[in-house]
Amino acid sequence: MNGVRQNAHAGTLESSDVFVQVFPHNHGVEIELNSDVEEIYGDAIHELTHKTLKRMKIDNVRLVIQDKGALDFVIKARLQTALLRAIGNESIDWSTL
Amino acid sequence: MNSRVNEKEANTLTSVNAPVFTCKDLAPKGNDRESKLCDTIEEAIKRSKLKNGMTISFHHAFRGGDKVLNKVMHVIAKMGFQDLTIASSSLATVHDELVEHIKNGVVTQIYTSGLRSKLGEAISHGLMKKPVQIHSHGGRVHLIKSGEIKIDVAFIGVPSIDKFGNASGSKGRSKCGSLGYAFIDAETAKYVIAISEEMVTYPNLPSSISQDQVDAIVLVDEVGDPSKIGEGATRLTTNPKELLIARRTANLIEHSGLFNEGFSIQTGTGGAALATTVFLGDKMKEKGIKADFGLGGITGTMVYLHEEGLIRKLLDVQSFDSFAAESLDRNPKHIEISANEYANFSSKGAAIKQLDVVVLSALEVDVDFNVNVITGSKGLLRGASGGHSDTAAEAKLAIIVCPLTRGRIPTITKRVNTIITPGCTVDAVVTDQGIAVHPRNVELKRKLKKAGLHLVKIEELYERAIALCGEPKPIEYLDRSVAVIRYRDGSVIDVVRQLKK
Amino acid sequence: MKLRRSMLFVPGSNTAMVCNAFIYKPDTVMFDLEDSVALSEKDSARLMVYHALGHWAYANIETAVRVNPLESPYGILDLEAVIRGGADIIRLPKTDTVEDVLVMEKEIERIEKACGRKEKIKLLAAIESAQGVVNAVSIASCSDRLMGIALGAEDYVRDLRTERTKEGSELTAARSQILLAARAAKINAFDSIFSDVKDKEGFIKEAEYIKGLGFDGKSLINPNQITLLHKVYAPSEDEIEWALEVIEAAKEAKTKGLGVVSLDGRMVDAPIIARAEWTLARAEASGLLGERA
Repeated sequence: MNGVRQNAHAGTLESSDVFVQVFPHNHGVEIELNSDVEEIYGDAIHELTHKTLKRMKIDNVRLVIQDKGALDFVIKARLQTALLRAIGNESIDWSTL
Repeated sequence: MNSRVNEKEANTLTSVNAPVFTCKDLAPKGNDRESKLCDTIEEAIKRSKLKNGMTISFHHAFRGGDKVLNKVMHVIAKMGFQDLTIASSSLATVHDELVEHIKNGVVTQIYTSGLRSKLGEAISHGLMKKPVQIHSHGGRVHLIKSGEIKIDVAFIGVPSIDKFGNASGSKGRSKCGSLGYAFIDAETAKYVIAISEEMVTYPNLPSSISQDQVDAIVLVDEVGDPSKIGEGATRLTTNPKELLIARRTANLIEHSGLFNEGFSIQTGTGGAALATTVFLGDKMKEKGIKADFGLGGITGTMVYLHEEGLIRKLLDVQSFDSFAAESLDRNPKHIEISANEYANFSSKGAAIKQLDVVVLSALEVDVDFNVNVITGSKGLLRGASGGHSDTAAEAKLAIIVCPLTRGRIPTITKRVNTIITPGCTVDAVVTDQGIAVHPRNVELKRKLKKAGLHLVKIEELYERAIALCGEPKPIEYLDRSVAVIRYRDGSVIDVVRQLKK
Repeated sequence: MKLRRSMLFVPGSNTAMVCNAFIYKPDTVMFDLEDSVALSEKDSARLMVYHALGHWAYANIETAVRVNPLESPYGILDLEAVIRGGADIIRLPKTDTVEDVLVMEKEIERIEKACGRKEKIKLLAAIESAQGVVNAVSIASCSDRLMGIALGAEDYVRDLRTERTKEGSELTAARSQILLAARAAKINAFDSIFSDVKDKEGFIKEAEYIKGLGFDGKSLINPNQITLLHKVYAPSEDEIEWALEVIEAAKEAKTKGLGVVSLDGRMVDAPIIARAEWTLARAEASGLLGERA
């Protein structure tokens, strides 16, 4: 089971961006999502988050996501940045991104 | 005094059995020249003999700066009235207080062009038993003239008035310019109460509302908030997306075949729509073309072109900023018109029937070119029908301008949440990522292609929007309708259903 | 023929701009990871740009990325992201010497090999100092990957110990040198940004001036500048007519198997034909060819 070492965050609360907070966690994946487009894209954002975590092989983490209507690639970028910061590793395996 | 005519003879002289004259019947001369003035709104309402179940009306010329509706409703609620119908030409974000009045049974039916903010939200969630009737600006006049809306008491807010009831919108601290939407109320209501904040010397003529229409007058401290009515001139956008759309739209108009000497134009007040006027103005200067008239909702931008001599006359049903209000006062060729003269379906002469080009915005447009300007991406009521469907129905060229997406929200959709303007009246859609012309406009397409404009199918715009944002989950509704969208001729074109929560 | 009139600067940390830049169709989008991105956001911007590069919306538009200097903690990571991400051009900031270019080139080759990228990424050297200007000639011809050199006026003027003016005489030497160096090496020359986005007339004046000098294009910081710049670069109807005639003559000569192209009794050689092609490319991009395209 792979987790993260420390708290981290990435992104902003600007329109079209997303603010992601990462916390170490022992009981699997926990996602708290607050989105401006919750009704129409809430499910899609959850799915994208799970997919991103899977690719990075992270299965123990708590995420708090405040979405201001960000497009998929922005969510992915901010998620990955926050997770990499939380993992604290300098080297990047590009195949997981 | 001995009568020169006796009763018996009089009965044979007129077809209406006119009685014989007597001095006893004359009212005392010229004593109470201020008889219309009431000390309070309550007094005026008492005089009006308003009863439960009746219909009261307001106009929205003060837009977000209106103080009249809330003041009046506060008094009406205090006086214990119930089951009233409100026919306001529109409702703004300041009118959230109505939620309480609805909860308390004071108001049970609403006719309006628009719903916003907490009021719109509450109604979307099922606040009212009877669905709200949403009409266009011209459509309101039709509903009144056809008898569906019968105004018992009209409350007409005006920035200044004389003691006999002559009032206009273009002078005073709370000046709002054209009172175009209030004309029908003044003409048809059984009882007209004018509410003002400034008394001027009689006669306040020429005027928009006439002494012959007003029954009672009340002076209050404020009828409007000048900073929210529309201060200065509506600023031109610097947003690159809106400028891009505006440039493309001006280009489209230029090559549409309608850009000729003496054409006419109307634009909405969205950033891209207004900027289109400016770019068009540049082209008019370049080609030496002048427009015969500008119509609508008039803003400082239109006034500027008028004062530069590029638009000969302005027909104003609503002055959107103080620049326009002042122009209405000062420029003889900037003319106030009523909603009936503007866009009424059953009018003998609605100006839109002479209109060449209209540029409108949209919350959503679907692949059939239907337009939604009233419900947002969450399905909440937060907009207005306005003059959208009226102008699109009659203008030779109706152009919708909008960004392809707003953040992650697609503007071009498969099926709009709510139809305000049917696609069969829309001619073209200009977005920042492509232009689509309605398939029925074969000639327009040919002209534009020849001029080198790149056109795409509206389905392509839709697919592009979805490719960027993702497929949105459909909004979930209950079966019950909370609002009925009335097309300009009174027919039902769509409904807004209650949101599932 | 790739037009490079407009190079729109997009700070890699600005989400809204990264999401919208492609809409305005500049000839090149220049994502920035260097000076416009705060130190604490370098990694965030890098990943944002990496993903933007791979997005279909940027598939048909030329992309460039200004990376951080190799000496900084970010440079190598930037290169990894940018080369893998699929950018077309890497903009080297503060290029002072030939060595700067060669060191960069070596890293790029290593990474291209490591990730299996077939298409060689191009280089754009930004000259931002007196030393850079003095070395411009040798810099411009030191690498096959180098497609252009650009003037970075803000830093350059600071290096000169003077200030930027609207009139621009402080840039005369740099502009001449960079242009000459670019032409001698047969690569593109780019002028610097015009920072006052509200001054339309000032921008047009500067654009007309540098176009007159011979610059291929200019860096921009606001999408509203793109239309203005493209208008300046749009050829006149006369120029278009002339260009069409030249191309027609060249075609004719080819079909007839003639070695020399002539028009109106005058010889038309390769540079003239290239200029005609550039004119028609600009005309088409500005929608001026209509049905002649």
